Amino acid sequence: MTFVKTKLKLAQIADGDTLEVLLTEGEPLNNLPKSAKEQGYQVLSVSHVEGNVHKVIIQK
Amino acid sequence: MEEQKKKISLIAFSGDFDKLTAVFTLATGAAASGYEVNIFFTFWGLDAIKTEKGRAFLGKNWLTKLFGFMMGGLSNTPTTRFNFFGIGPRIFRYLMKKNNVATLEELVDAANALGINLYACEMAMHVLGLEKKDFIHEVKDVLGVNTFLELSEGGRTLFI
Repeated sequence: MTFVKTKLKLAQIADGDTLEVLLTEGEPLNNLPKSAKEQGYQVLSVSHVEGNVHKVIIQK
Repeated sequence: MEEQKKKISLIAFSGDFDKLTAVFTLATGAAASGYEVNIFFTFWGLDAIKTEKGRAFLGKNWLTKLFGFMMGGLSNTPTTRFNFFGIGPRIFRYLMKKNNVATLEELVDAANALGINLYACEMAMHVLGLEKKDFIHEVKDVLGVNTFLELSEGGRTLFI
């Protein structure tokens, strides 16, 4: 569902805009950047926020 | 070599909370990854696409209306196990919310936002006395088996 929500938000922003996604360690962290790249989006950064929450910045 | 768009079609026969959650999780996940997704709602599955989310006397005569009332709509779907007169779904919805997993209603909304093709089974509608107007407007069409088999051709099909 993380990627589904991300995809929906990405569809709403303009080309060139960036989206910050906060997600949890494990499956979402391992797969979301990959899926985003496969769909043609640019993954600008992946960073640790705190606990098991991470941040991924994606550019359309 | 021509690359065909990935396609997956789901037959949503079950009207259970857990099975419908599986249908919509698969559908939204696939759609988010670029698949063309079709869902064919038949029999119990028709509960998921009714406009009326709660219990209502939907039907053409007293018998089908009674059936419609007993079916209950999306908000009242039972779980296949541990239903305990409706407590099961409440517990599962609570657990899902607590773990930040999308609820069934959120998944249905996501399916519509992602442009997933929703179809209603003509035969089941006829038997249950339902009409197209009883369903959410996102339902693309009312189909029979053969049309569904044609449009699912070339992709995977799952029966849930």
